[in-house]
Amino acid sequence: MTTATAEAAAGHGHRVRSGSISRGRRRTLYWSYFFLIIFVIFFLTPPLYMFITSLKSSAEISAATNPWWVYHPTLSNYIDLLTQNQYLVFFRNSAIVSVCVVSLTMLISVLAAFSLARMKFWGSATLATGVFLTYLIPDTLLFIPLFKTFAFIHDKTGIELINHWWVLIILLPTLTVPFCTWIMIGYFASIPKELDEAALIDGAGYIQMLTRIFIPVALPGIIAATIFCFTVSWANFLYPLAFTTSADQLTLPVGIVTTLIRGDVYAWGQIMTGALLGAAPPLIIYAFLMDYYIAGLTAGATKG
Amino acid sequence: MADIVARDLSVPVAGRQLTLHKFARRKSTIAFVMALPLILVVACLVIYPAFYSISLAMMNKSMQYFNIFTSKNNFTFLFGRPTFWMVVEQTVLFAVTAVIFKALIGFIAAHFVHNLPAQGQRKWRGMLLIPWVIPPAMSTLAWLWLFDPSYSAFNWVFAHLGIPQVAWLGNPYWARFCVILVNVWVGSPFFLIMYLAALKSVPEQLHEAAAIDGANWLQKIWYVNLPMMRNIIQITALFSLIVTFSNFDIVKILTNGGPVDQTHVFATWAFQWAIWGNDIPLGASISLFMAPILAIAAFLILRNVSRRGNEA
Amino acid sequence: MAQVALRNIVKTFDRTPAVQGIDLDIADREFIVLVGPSGCGKSTTLRMIAGLEEATSGEIFIGDQLVNDVPPKDRDIAMVFQNYALYPHMTVFENMSFGLRLKKFPKPEIKERVQVAARILDITDLLDRRPKQLSGGQRQRVAMGRAIVRNPKVFLFDEPLSNLDAKLRVQMRTEIKKIHQQVTTTTVYVTHDQVEAMTLADRVVIMNAGRIDQIGSPHEVYHTPKTQFVAGFIGSPTMNMLPCRLVENGSGLTVRLSDWLSFPVPPSRAARYRPRVGNELTFGLRPEHIIEGRGEVPPGAAAFQARLDVVEPMGMETMVYFVVDGVEVCGRVNPAAAGRVGESMRLVADLNQMHLIDPRSELVL
Repeated sequence: MTTATAEAAAGHGHRVRSGSISRGRRRTLYWSYFFLIIFVIFFLTPPLYMFITSLKSSAEISAATNPWWVYHPTLSNYIDLLTQNQYLVFFRNSAIVSVCVVSLTMLISVLAAFSLARMKFWGSATLATGVFLTYLIPDTLLFIPLFKTFAFIHDKTGIELINHWWVLIILLPTLTVPFCTWIMIGYFASIPKELDEAALIDGAGYIQMLTRIFIPVALPGIIAATIFCFTVSWANFLYPLAFTTSADQLTLPVGIVTTLIRGDVYAWGQIMTGALLGAAPPLIIYAFLMDYYIAGLTAGATKG
Repeated sequence: MADIVARDLSVPVAGRQLTLHKFARRKSTIAFVMALPLILVVACLVIYPAFYSISLAMMNKSMQYFNIFTSKNNFTFLFGRPTFWMVVEQTVLFAVTAVIFKALIGFIAAHFVHNLPAQGQRKWRGMLLIPWVIPPAMSTLAWLWLFDPSYSAFNWVFAHLGIPQVAWLGNPYWARFCVILVNVWVGSPFFLIMYLAALKSVPEQLHEAAAIDGANWLQKIWYVNLPMMRNIIQITALFSLIVTFSNFDIVKILTNGGPVDQTHVFATWAFQWAIWGNDIPLGASISLFMAPILAIAAFLILRNVSRRGNEA
Repeated sequence: MAQVALRNIVKTFDRTPAVQGIDLDIADREFIVLVGPSGCGKSTTLRMIAGLEEATSGEIFIGDQLVNDVPPKDRDIAMVFQNYALYPHMTVFENMSFGLRLKKFPKPEIKERVQVAARILDITDLLDRRPKQLSGGQRQRVAMGRAIVRNPKVFLFDEPLSNLDAKLRVQMRTEIKKIHQQVTTTTVYVTHDQVEAMTLADRVVIMNAGRIDQIGSPHEVYHTPKTQFVAGFIGSPTMNMLPCRLVENGSGLTVRLSDWLSFPVPPSRAARYRPRVGNELTFGLRPEHIIEGRGEVPPGAAAFQARLDVVEPMGMETMVYFVVDGVEVCGRVNPAAAGRVGESMRLVADLNQMHLIDPRSELVL
């Protein structure tokens, strides 16, 4: 269905001999490239600009020469950030939080998805829909009551939940678990029931079915969900901003925004470098696992 | 299979009821236990705060008593403030405008990408998705720098072209424009990907039939693509509406609500009152105003999604 | 290897009865085929034997054991699915050995069993491949291999050939028959294709709307169908059925089909049909019993002239169609003798093979 229509719509085969495409098709192709180049310019200008600025010394920036070109490229920003303890602390916090959130989320999601997709129990259909609905509740609605709840817990039990980066490991699953469960339910549901039955007849119990059949067969879905989960945890800005304040507890996005802006002095070179490095992990994952990334994106809505 | 076993419990056969019961209960208890962590997460970290939020909204600033039924509660306070109505107007304006433009750009770009030969599509798709991959906080910083009052790269180009400089984030109307622009920049790739997937699922034979019937490219898009993609278009728009409506990162970093509160959205204004202003109940009541829109959008999405399921 | 018995099996789905009282005894090593149109309950019955569906009431015995409460993995059965249900992430070897590995069989024995099964099915060189690298016929063989390896008491086949193209289907049909001769396990086979049923079965079970219409050998169900449904279901092309009236006149019983066509009832049947003289009945005769009329008419047969409506040359034979009171009747003639469309042709009907059916009860008299 998909690739066949794509290839049919897009032209014939890989080798494009100019004689075999009619003039009409070629003109459409040129217009397509023309507009796509405009879109690419629009989409890629900010990251490109980030990169350009990151190579500039603060002297060059304040000299207000051509902002689109680097006259004296320097890696001083990179070196400063990477050798300074503070930035590395941010990076470390983000990394640990993200990895923990991903592990926790995937564990919860895979188990729950298998249960909801295959083993019906009373209320499982409602729960599945409910899970989907909770994904639609944004973090901006939840952070205030959660903040108050944590303060309350601190008052009653003395457990300090605010201003510790590991609190995020408890909080971020709110955002990741519903959607990852939803994706996994979609993938698990698409595994033909006959596979279950063959496994049942072969003698598998439910846990064995999950570990030896469902997880291997749905592996692309698991990878997609993991990537989505990581990206969301890494990029989250609101929860760390609200719940952590001391410099050594901040995660990367918040750290860059708050500490590199000291009063009225914006160290733009460092900010852009910090931002670029902060964007690097998702970008690298994207570069290598683009198809899974996109699958994770589209899974939620199209798998309905 | 397993579900049939559980269902048939309602028609027990004499003499076998006891073992059947045990067996099915075991299976469904395993299932329930497996789903338990999910239920806990959702209950404690989503359902409970949502309801607590409602409760908080009805309290006074020091959270010592409920003042909802008095004449001086959070809601009367909000409704009386012009800033509140500005925030309402701004949030709605941003959300609706941004979603419309994102959908347009996504739709147009998807068609262009779909036109390319198959293996080229991957490259272009890869490049066009990048705004969505970069954490929004990071890319908003880039835009902040691009809109900087003194060093804006855009103003530099304008100066060279003889166009007057723009106070991007200083002027309220331009500031709103910038917020919408960044929103559109971040969100268009999502629409692009979804629409591209939907486009690919439109059977080529429909285009061929339309061509034979005499349709040109515009008519093909209007009469074939658009109807076939209608479901995806609606679902994506609703999803994005929810996300844009509750957006925090972009406004916070770009303008922090300024200038003069002219770009505040519910999320950022609630944040300001709750965290900086130390008035948690007021913050909660502000953020609650997002709920009706979310509920409507959620209802529409669910209805759409189940309709798709029936069609499929 | 064991016998299977079903006693008064009933299955209802949400108040819709799918199986309404099935009694069946399958002997050890027998190849029995459940055949019938979609929705007749054959797959449901098979799945109840497998334990994938729970019987609403009734008893299922495998061997001598009552297995209603026994889960599938303990029933010692193996199943071949319509869509093969091969584990896509495992090699052929791993697919076939999965059940044994779960039961913790020793490795050498697993290897031996798989090799033996692979040899029977001629898939020894495919053992390291993944399902997606195999053709439909090969996948089907692997699915069968998975069943053979388990050495179960009963094989269950759920429409295994439906997904194959026509030519492959014929090939695999013969393969299955050969395999059954080698591996003589009791087999319950479900299909909607009556040709498969006739060629493979020791006994055929014809199901209709949740009930068994007839159980018998292929020969029995073909020549002595008990109900109108069985008569019309078995045999290709289908038996001709026409409304008729049984009359008696001086020369004996006659079946009156229309103003211009009546057939004399042969003496062998006269006694059976005499009590129904005067009734409106349904007349059944298979196309292969209407042949070209040449020379002498053998006893019990009758010759007649009919104008041909459609002529279908099939190569080995030609099907001719003519109309009797609005109903199209089919005959099978020698290609050389066939007439042309519109022409009147002399045909002979072998009435020793006729059937009369009571239209209300739909039972064959």
